[in-house]
Amino acid sequence: MATMRWLWRQLTSMRIALILLFLLALASIPGSIFPQRGTSPLRVNEFLKDNPTTGPILDRFYMFDVFASPWFASIYLLLFISLTGCVLPRAVDHYKELRSQPPAAPRNLSRLPVHLQWKSNATAEQVVSDTAAAWKKRGWRVRQGEDWLSAEKGYTRETGNLLFHLSLLVLLIAVGYGGAVGYRGTVIVREDAGFANNVTQYDTFAPGRMFGADDLPPFSFELTEFESTFQRGGQQNGAPRAFHADVLVKDDPKSQPRPVTIEVNYPLRTSGITVYLVGHGYAPEFTVRDADGKVVWEDAAVFLPQDSAFTSSGVVKVPDTVPQIGLQGFFLPTVSEDFTNGPVSKFPAADDPEVYLSAWQGDLGLDSGMPQSVYRIDTENMERIGIEELAPGETWNLPNSAGTVEFTGYRQWASFVITKDPGKGWALGAAIASIVGLSLSLLIPRRRAWLRVTTSEDEGNLIEVAGLSKTEAPGLADEISQLAKLVNAPEEKL
Amino acid sequence: MTVNETLAQASNAMVYGSMTAFTGAMVAFSVSLAKGRRIETIEVSAQRTSASHQVRKGSTATLDEPSVSTSVSDGVDLGEGRRAGNIGMSLTWLGTLLLGLGILFRGLSAGRVPIGNMYEFSLAAGFAVSLTYCLMSISRDLRWLGLFISIPVLLDLGLALTVLYTESAQLVPALNSYWLAIHVSAAVVCIGAFTIGAALSGLYLVAQAAEDRVATGKEPGRSSAFAQRIPSADRLDLMSYRIHAFMFPIWTFAVIAGAIWAEAAWGRYWGWDPKETWAFITWVIYAAYLHARATAGWRGKKAAYVALAGYATILFNYFVVNIFVQGLHSYSGL
Repeated sequence: MATMRWLWRQLTSMRIALILLFLLALASIPGSIFPQRGTSPLRVNEFLKDNPTTGPILDRFYMFDVFASPWFASIYLLLFISLTGCVLPRAVDHYKELRSQPPAAPRNLSRLPVHLQWKSNATAEQVVSDTAAAWKKRGWRVRQGEDWLSAEKGYTRETGNLLFHLSLLVLLIAVGYGGAVGYRGTVIVREDAGFANNVTQYDTFAPGRMFGADDLPPFSFELTEFESTFQRGGQQNGAPRAFHADVLVKDDPKSQPRPVTIEVNYPLRTSGITVYLVGHGYAPEFTVRDADGKVVWEDAAVFLPQDSAFTSSGVVKVPDTVPQIGLQGFFLPTVSEDFTNGPVSKFPAADDPEVYLSAWQGDLGLDSGMPQSVYRIDTENMERIGIEELAPGETWNLPNSAGTVEFTGYRQWASFVITKDPGKGWALGAAIASIVGLSLSLLIPRRRAWLRVTTSEDEGNLIEVAGLSKTEAPGLADEISQLAKLVNAPEEKL
Repeated sequence: MTVNETLAQASNAMVYGSMTAFTGAMVAFSVSLAKGRRIETIEVSAQRTSASHQVRKGSTATLDEPSVSTSVSDGVDLGEGRRAGNIGMSLTWLGTLLLGLGILFRGLSAGRVPIGNMYEFSLAAGFAVSLTYCLMSISRDLRWLGLFISIPVLLDLGLALTVLYTESAQLVPALNSYWLAIHVSAAVVCIGAFTIGAALSGLYLVAQAAEDRVATGKEPGRSSAFAQRIPSADRLDLMSYRIHAFMFPIWTFAVIAGAIWAEAAWGRYWGWDPKETWAFITWVIYAAYLHARATAGWRGKKAAYVALAGYATILFNYFVVNIFVQGLHSYSGL
């Protein structure tokens, strides 16, 4: 029991809170050095591939999931326990203090940091009662004695302090709650194609622990047009300047579609979920015919950008020919004259688009049951039959009379992040409350002031006004002068 | 929309002019500081603090400092260095004005808020430092501090023009939001004020070391010639605390404004992006500083080191994370 009490006292002491704060700062650092699964899972895989010995060891210590790791959690949970254990008793004390009177005036006011005194002919009773009224008017809490006054102000400072710490607790809970019942998914949508809010339609889908698939609101949208503009010329040639995704949204299956423009920084918000525009790219359109001229594939294939000039790579899988055909290659929105380092684009806008394809014949391996990437061809059981460069409208007669490939044009695609986070509003409220609390607790000065009248028969009464600052805020002397003025202190004494 | 080249060049000219003014200010302030003497001698400060330490011992660990005296008003008497100090002050005002115009023209040249890449951010940070200093010096004599303001401003502007320079241009779509003005300018103001806070904490450590030596009866030490020219440790510590305490809520605001913007731009209000992580670390360290200053056994030198560590995290976030770490905040323009 005694040990427990000792432990609790240690945990709630400022010293331990300080150490926990330093630990929290220190523990965050690896999260900014190593790639994190939460934000960049691909880079984590790359890191593990590049560092086969150290990688797994780092992984065992959660270096790629720092902010979801048990040791990070234990630091902040201990910190919050410490905080609660410190703040709750203080809240009780503050409550009592708010209901009690300021402590009585000390005997010797001249020992206080600010002290003024002068003589007056007014009676002690008169001075005390007049001053009490005047000081109260200025927002001081005043306790009245026979020939003295004791006043205090700045209680809001501690209220703010408590509000700040309490709102941090609320913030932590809101973050946890939002993560548990919300979800986050990503999807790529081509122009003229649509998306319906359904788990199977997402490319990636990360639900919270307490999320149920029924929680997906039944909205849908169609991407009618995507527009992108880029800087032309200058040092930042090719830098993106504006993106717009024009969509037709149906908030639920029965409602009328409404046109909305989604932009970076301006997401679509509907029925508790938010749709963000996060990326874009090109989807070249192909028509593939077999040896008999029959159309075996006709669509726009999503190609993924590889560089800032949108050199994009992707594949087309044609399973319905015998043997099967696979196309692998690059879409170049503005083809470069120089291919020394392979086919590249020199500008992100589609000024002079071309595709650069290699054709494969054989078994695509689609029936093996192994999940396959839609952006890669497994060429293990295939043979390359040719390479070709095509401009829009051009047709390539494949070798071996395997058929033809027509590059008919291109569409753009946009990628969206779709999230639901019901804790968001609470987190925002807590954050605002924390700033308010913090400002009050750091900027409001807590001060005490006293008045004492010492009656003297022959020379008139001695009036003393003194003050004490309980914080390091400036301006105590000024404030006490102001108070003394209210007691009719002579100018030269201020 | 195209960039107005004339205005962009005028901006550069203003920035060079501002650097010239700050260089002059630095020279003038060093001359003035060399002639200055602190009003309260090291010996008196040492005696006064060792007396008050007796009283402070055993105080409770709360954020409220119990009955501290706030009347440490003594600064530095510049003596014959007063004129040089005045010249330094005028040149600092001039440099600040020119820098402000440089930033204004830069913004006008591209028709947007001029805090879109590291070059512009560095100009704004230098401006925040010098403007904060100028405003603070209106109501108190801070000529002794001028040297320690003009040096970081010059370093910052020099880096901006040589390493970080980027041509005036439009913004990438991700930055095209009114939150840019709110979030980034709050961060710039904080960085400016924290720079002054760090300078004061550094000076405090020098003054405190000199006073400690005298208090323990040791030789004054090499740094005491310098400590003779800056205010008492108490005063420096208090000034530093007031700046940090005033700026901490604003830094909190800057971080929260960033979170609100991140919610609109990236689909989450907090995602431990490296820049976010370091802003969080800075916040935690400064929170620790405010607590440390009210904790027995931590206030004084240890707390000052915490404040300097906080500033180091800001510098790390600015120079290392911006340039070398991959993340969503990759707007350095380099």
